[in-house]
Parts: sequence; structure tokens; C-alpha cells
Amino acid sequence: MIRFILLQNRQGKTRLAKYYVALEESEKHKVEYEVHRLVVNRDPKFTNFVEFRTHKIIYRRYAGLFFSMCVDITDNELAYLECIHLFVEILDHFFSNVCELDLVFNFQKVYLILDEFILAGELQETSKKAIIDRMGELEKQE
Amino acid sequence: MNPFSSGTRLRDMIRAIRACKTAAEERAVVRKECAAIRAAVSENDQDYRHRNLAKLMFIHMLGYPTHFGQMECLKLIASAGFPEKRIGYLGLMLLLDERQEVLMLVTNSLKQDLNHGNQYIVGLALCALGNICSAEMARDLAPEVEKLLQSRDQNIRKKAALCSIRIVRKVPDLAENFMGPATTLLKEKHHGVLITGVQLCTELCKASTEALDYLRKHTDSLVRVLKDLMASPYAPEYDISGITDPFLQIRILRLLRMLGQGDADCSDCMNDILAQVAAKTESNKNAGNAILYECVAAIMGIEANSGLRVLAINILGRFLSNRDNNIRYVALNMLMKAVGVDTQAVQRHRTTILECVKDSDASIRKRALELVFLLVNDSNVKPLTKELIEYLEVSDPDFKGDLTAKICSIVEKFSPDKLWYIDQMLKVLSEAGNYVKDEVWHALIVVISNASEFHGYTVRSLYRALQTSGEQDSLVRVAVWCIGEYGEMLLNNVGVLDGKEPMTVTESDAVDVVEMALKRHMTDVTTRAMSLIALLKLSSRFAPCSERIREIINQQKGSLVLELQQRSIEFNSIIQKHQNIKPALVERMPVLDEAAYIGKKASSSSATLSTEKTSHSNSSGVTVSLPNGVTKPPAAPLVDLLDLTPDDVPVSSSSGGDFLQDLLGIGSSPNSSLPGVSQAPPTGGADILLDLLSIGTPSPVSALNTVPTSQDNMSSVSPLEALSTLPSPVSSAQVSQPSMLGSVKGTIDQSKQPAGVAPVMDLLDGLSSNPLSLDESNPLYPSIIAYQSNTLKIAFSFSKQPGKPQITLIQATFTNLSSNVYTDFVFQAAVPKFIQLHLDPASSNVLPANGNGSITQSLSLNNSHHGQKALAMRLRINYKVNNESKKEDGQINNFPSDPRCLCMLTFFN
Repeated sequence: MIRFILLQNRQGKTRLAKYYVALEESEKHKVEYEVHRLVVNRDPKFTNFVEFRTHKIIYRRYAGLFFSMCVDITDNELAYLECIHLFVEILDHFFSNVCELDLVFNFQKVYLILDEFILAGELQETSKKAIIDRMGELEKQE
Repeated sequence: MNPFSSGTRLRDMIRAIRACKTAAEERAVVRKECAAIRAAVSENDQDYRHRNLAKLMFIHMLGYPTHFGQMECLKLIASAGFPEKRIGYLGLMLLLDERQEVLMLVTNSLKQDLNHGNQYIVGLALCALGNICSAEMARDLAPEVEKLLQSRDQNIRKKAALCSIRIVRKVPDLAENFMGPATTLLKEKHHGVLITGVQLCTELCKASTEALDYLRKHTDSLVRVLKDLMASPYAPEYDISGITDPFLQIRILRLLRMLGQGDADCSDCMNDILAQVAAKTESNKNAGNAILYECVAAIMGIEANSGLRVLAINILGRFLSNRDNNIRYVALNMLMKAVGVDTQAVQRHRTTILECVKDSDASIRKRALELVFLLVNDSNVKPLTKELIEYLEVSDPDFKGDLTAKICSIVEKFSPDKLWYIDQMLKVLSEAGNYVKDEVWHALIVVISNASEFHGYTVRSLYRALQTSGEQDSLVRVAVWCIGEYGEMLLNNVGVLDGKEPMTVTESDAVDVVEMALKRHMTDVTTRAMSLIALLKLSSRFAPCSERIREIINQQKGSLVLELQQRSIEFNSIIQKHQNIKPALVERMPVLDEAAYIGKKASSSSATLSTEKTSHSNSSGVTVSLPNGVTKPPAAPLVDLLDLTPDDVPVSSSSGGDFLQDLLGIGSSPNSSLPGVSQAPPTGGADILLDLLSIGTPSPVSALNTVPTSQDNMSSVSPLEALSTLPSPVSSAQVSQPSMLGSVKGTIDQSKQPAGVAPVMDLLDGLSSNPLSLDESNPLYPSIIAYQSNTLKIAFSFSKQPGKPQITLIQATFTNLSSNVYTDFVFQAAVPKFIQLHLDPASSNVLPANGNGSITQSLSLNNSHHGQKALAMRLRINYKVNNESKKEDGQINNFPSDPRCLCMLTFFN
């Protein structure tokens, strides 16, 4: 199960934080700080997995942005790595060539996309097309 | 109106915040925005509500408090339109979580939206429910979600399936309701619904064995789905680097693993497909490797045939030699599980694994180290340890802690003989002594003390090691201890082992070493205190250096650390005024009891609390006091320096389980034998003894172990009597010493014990039975029902120690109201910071059904704000019914509402 998903830039600014477990506000800040510190200085040759407290962070860097997922210790790391990539592809497709600024100014859309992709800490849809189509339908409702 | 497309204000705010150059500027902008939003909230502004909430979400992401927007979410959710609801639910998920009570207010809106005609609105509600619902909401809304699992819309079905996962996680009892609908989802063609269905089934299997059995019947259909997936032609929608929907394949494999675990028939069904997946999946891309990895996990998990296992291990072997670090990492991870299945196969990769321990990536190192630890056996321990210790020299500091811990436990567990053990430990201490835990060097001292044939060798090796690695604290401690004990062997080359060079050390060389340890600026108090004792011992062994030693000890008279100053003064007077008893005082330690030490080690964690209490009480206004930082309980064998216990006295190592018992044990016997000092809390008295003579750590654990506590010890010298022969400052200190623990227990002790022997167990019984009897005799303390549910009742009865109004003793009685026996019953309590809570062990951890018996447990509460604040407590009770874990929480809030209890409370406080 995914405990939380973080999207942070190199300076440690959080661009998206989605928690699927209940944490205190102060604890969330601490987690975000610690995760950033863990991933930011790792050699690109290193594994994309870091142990974090009793869980594991699966992270991947795209330009200046770090996508991190905290998952259970028994979960399939490689699968979540692929999952991050799929999410990035969806964002890239949706914003056509996504950059950090897109995510800042449309943060609420990023959350909405994520809600179509992952729910309750589990995968909801694995097709990029299905999610993009669904977002289109939802936009029409506005 | 759409808050995002037309509302430029949100964009403006983000721009303004981004334009800020300093944190202070940013705060100012945010403060201004928040003020405007607050104003809008209080005016109940309708038009901009969603835009304001969107801004609040952004502000929230920056880390500012936004609680005042919580109610706005609820209002937006309650409004009719989709855009408002959408932003309302988004805000709900972002700004709130399941613990806020506000969330309960939303249950009704959620219920309405789940039954809404518009599928998009139903989707929003499901999404919110799945992400943040609490146990109560899960219970209330489960029927709606169950119904939605059969909805015609596939988007709703998949959301409902994931929502069900959350519900089952929150309330496992509901698992059975979802079994039927979940299996229908497995027949779906749509991948999105199918994958959520598979995940729901996996969750159900975790939550209930009934569901697991039920789902096992559907193994065939799952196998078929996987087969179709593998054989399916190119499907662009689900293709990831040439593989059709790897995510779905992985989820199915994971469910298969759960189903096959411990079920041979079920495992048989999937053997073929697993073999097929393992053989056919391409391993040149991450997606393929992810499937292979999951497939190997499945093979390791189920009752697979041996051919399949070989296939799996081979895949892992291939992974291990992969150049991609991620793949090597998962290989190591999986090999840990494979060790249990086929150790030999894993042993073949030992050299590769050992290489991974030295990898530059910490994640890989950690995995590899744990794997190596599993691979150690009697035949390979020597080469493996050698490799690891060699690596210790070059490893980076972050990793040294883990590495030393593992090496130490390998050495301890597998050492073929004592000499090898001592050698390896010395190497570790010299290399990374600062990373070694206290238990480890304590254990080493115990072993050294038992290996009389190697005393000479050990002390010489330590002396040599000290020349090169004097900065490693624990090495210094062990060395100083050994030099103190076996100093003369250092000079005379006693017990030189074959092939070892004898060495020439003069008496003053030995003193030099200890002096250096004492004076090095990095040395901590424990080491310094140990050095002082070593010097005291050497002063009697090395007569020519005696004067010099006295001077060194004397220098510490001005030490700012009370502990050292005191030792220095005491030792000085021993050397100067008490030459007649000195040789007896500084005699060599008797051999430490290894078996007892191991027993103590196991229980030392439980002892920590009580030791801390003791030493705290010591430091509060007593001449004999311990500085902070020496409160650790582990064994410090020097405690027995005085050799108080005649060797023929039976050592009560059987009662050794609980440190507290021992502590009270030692407290009780002097108390009864020395009525003259009965005002002095007995525990305190014992402490002084320990303080005076122990090394920095008070470590009653091992000391008390050797102190006789059984009936027949009356004839022997009791510790306090022996103490009274010591120089006078000590005994006066002992009389005036107030000790919190000591006095509390001491009073019980005095009231309970006849003037005779105080057997340890009896004393403890006294502790738990005392409150009861007090309660009976004193009607001022009515019992209360502290907690009652359908399944459990907890009654509290209260009592007070005379003269200690701030301390409340509670006797808790647990009664099982259900018809099932509870096992592993654990009661936990939490109190505010101003109250100190001490829990005694419960009378049992099994609670019989139907109220046929009960468990009792004593608590003592010390209210430091006595008279100002009332007692308060939260409870948590964990237990198992038919091996299923249950948890109940409660708060004692019937204290203030009950007038009778109120008056009781005022009395208490």
C-alpha cells in the first residue's frame, strides 16, 4: 500500500503531498523534510529505494523534481518505480510537456489526476488514455 | 463559475508568493491572503468560496495553518453543483484527515452523494471516502459502497472496489460482506476494474481467513486471466515496454501468492502459469523485471515444486549479477526469503553478496549485510567475520553502527571458542569501539572474567590495542577494567600463549595508560570513573607506584563532575586511612556468572525504567549522587568490587528475571537486619553501595544478582552491614538519603514485612495486594468502572500511601464480558505529562470468557501538579480473540462527571 506520495523540487519545496494514512500536520512536515534530505543527495547510480523508518521510499528524479512514494517494506519496489513513471507520463501528456511551473499553477489539477490514478493507496487505473479521457470528461462538467 | 479558469486571483496569489524574495515577505503575503479569506468566511461569502478554498489549499501546501477553512469544505460539499463539490472534496482530502471530529459532519453529505444520480458526483464521494474515511464512517457507509460495487459504470465500480479496501482496513469485520461482490469483479474484462478487484481480494485475504478460503476456489479463473494477459496481442492502451499491463500481472501474481501460501492444492493449480511467467517474461526492461520479481516472490511463497524453486533461484542469481543497482537490491531482498527455502542455493552466491556489503549505495549495503547475517553458520563464520572486520576499517561512518552491531552478534552467536571471541571483539573494539553498544562490551567483560586461562593474554592484547586506538571509548573501558583486574599479569607475562611474543611493561607504563584514559579530554564520565577504580586496584597491586596513583586520584578531587570528585575523595581516604582493609576491598572480582548475565540481558529493557527512577531519586539532593548519563542498567561487573558476598552463598539467579525484584530484594534484607537505619530507605542504601563501588553505571543488574536474596542469606554478611565498616562519610550519606522509589517501596516493605527475612517475591506480592487491603479499609476511595464496552469491563480501585498524597495507587481489574477467551491481553495507559505512571506486570495475559475470572494489574500515578490538576488517563487494550487482534481505546472521563468521584479526586489531588 502507498502511504504517501510526495512531489518535491531540489530545494525541498513540496509541489504535491498526498497522504493515504492519517498523520499530524507537524509530522507531515517532518516527513517531507526527511524524505527530501534522503533522496536529494543520492548518486544517480544508486538504487531508487531508500529505507525510511519502517517503510521504504521509492523515488525517481525527473529534471529538478523528485517523485517519491512511501510503500510497505514487502511491496514490489520495481512495480512502484514503473508506477511513478506512468504518473509522470500522464502528467506530461495532460500538460503537454510538463514542467514544474505547470504543477505549481495547476496544483489542484495534479491532485485531481492523482485521484484518478491512485485511490486509498492502491492503483486505480493503469491506462494513460483512460485517465486522460476521464479528465476531459470531468473538465466538461465544470 | 470556475475558480480556476476564470479566477485570476488564485494565479495572482501564486505569482505574488513566488515573487517573494525572503521567507518574511512570503509570510506577509500569506498573512494578508489568510486575513482576506477569514473575512470572506465570516461574511459567509458564497461567490468566492471555492476560489478561497483553492487558495487555502495552496497555502496549506506551503505549510501554513489553514484549519479555519475546514468548515468551508463542508459547505462546498453540501452545495449542489459539481464544480463546488469537486473543490470541496479536494479540500476535504487535503485539509482534513480521519482524526478530525469535523469529519463526522460530512458523513451525511457523503451518504447523499453516494446515492446521487450523477455518476461524477458519486465518483467524487467515493474518492474522498476511500482516501480519508475513519472507522465510524466506514461502518456507516459500507452498505452504500457495497451497492456501488455492482454499479453499471465502470469508473464507479473501480472506485468502489478501492473504497472497500479502505473500509476493510478500517473495520476488518466487514470483510465478509465484500467477499461476494469482490469475486464478481474478478470476471471483469476492463483492466481498471479488474486490477481494483484483484487488490480488493488481496486485502480481503489479509483481513479474514474465511475470505481466503472462499477465494481459493477462484484460483482457476485468476490463472486464466493471467494466461490471457500473457498471450494477449499488443494492446497500446496497456502496453509498457512491450508487456501488456505489467501492473495487473503483478497484482494477480501477488494475489496468487496469498492464495497458494500453505495450500498445496491451490499451489498446484498455479505451478504451470508461474513457470510460464518466469520463463517467458523479458528481463531487459524494468517492467519485465518487476513481473519476474513478483513471480519469484510467489514461487517462494507458495508450496511450489522443487523444479520451480530452482527456476526462481536462478532468476535471482541473474538479478544479483545485473549491473542495475535496483535489480541487485530486489535480488538481495528476495534472497532473504529464499534462505528459509533453500539455504544451499543462496550460499552459492555468498561472495557476490559479500561484495554487495561493500557497495557504495547504503540501501544495497544494508540489505546485503542482513543477508550475510542470515548466511553465517558454524563452518563459514571465521572467513566471513574476517571479511567484515576488514571492511569495517574502510566503511563509511554512517554504516559502522549497523556493521559493528551485526559483527558483534555474529561473533557472539557463532564463536567456536573463547579465544577467538575475545580476539574478534578486540578487533572490533579497536576499529569501531565508539559504535559498540554497552551490552556488547559488558558481555565481553563477562566472557573475559570467565576465561581465566586467557587473562594474561587478554590484558596484554588490550594494552597493545590501547596504544593505537586509544580514542575508541568502549575499548578503553574494557582495557581499563582488565588492567585494574589483571594488572600484575601485564608485568609478568603470565600465561603467554604459544607463538605470542612476550612483552615488557613496567608498572608505571600500566599506570600511564590508565592515567591517560582518565585525563583524555574526550573520555566520558563512565570511562573516567572506571579508570579511577582501576587505579585504586592498581595502587594495592603495584606497591611502588602507590604514591603516584594517590596523586592522580587526588587530582580528581577538584573535578566538576560530582561522581568523580566523590570517588576521588573516597578512594583517597581508602588509600590513606584504611590500609588495613584495602587489600580486601580491592581484591580481584569473583568470576561473573555468564548464565545469569544472559538472563539479565534479556530483561534489561524492562529494568531501564526502574533504574532511571532510582538514580534520579539519587541525584535529587543527596551527597552521594550520580550524574546523568549513567542511568543505564546493563551489567557492570565491578560493582562487586567489595566482594561482599561470600562465594558459598547461593546466588539467587532464578529470581533474576526482574531487576526490580532484585532491587527490592537487596533493599529489604538490610532493612530487616538493621532496624537502626530503617529510616534510611533501603534501596537508597543499596544504591550508595553501588555508587561508591561500581563503575559509572550503577548497574544493579549484575551486582544484585550476586547479592543473596533468599532465605538462607541471613547468616551471611548483608550488604549494609558490610557497608557500615566503610569510612564514615558513606554511612552518614546513606542515612540521609531520600530515595523516591526506595521510600515508596520501603514503606510498603516496612508495613508488610515482619522483622525478619524479606523474601523478594513476598515483597512484590505485598506491592500488589497492599492497595487492595487499603481500599477495603478505607471507604474514602470508591471504586469506579473506568471503562466498559460490550466486551470488556475495567474497574479501578484506589488507594494512597500515607503521607504521599500525590501518589495514587490503582488496582485495575479486567473482566471479559464476551463469550470468547482473550489471549495476549495487554493493557496500556497514557497520562498527561505532569503525571508519572508506573505499570506493574499484569497477573496474567489470558482473560477467561463470560466474566469467569479476571486479570488484575497495579498502577501507580505520581501527580507532580498535585492539588492543581486532576488525574486523567487514556486507555488502550489490545488482545486476541481466536487469534484475531482486537483493540479498544478509552478515556477515563467519568472522573469529573461523577460528584462522588469528584470529591474523591479532590482528595487525591
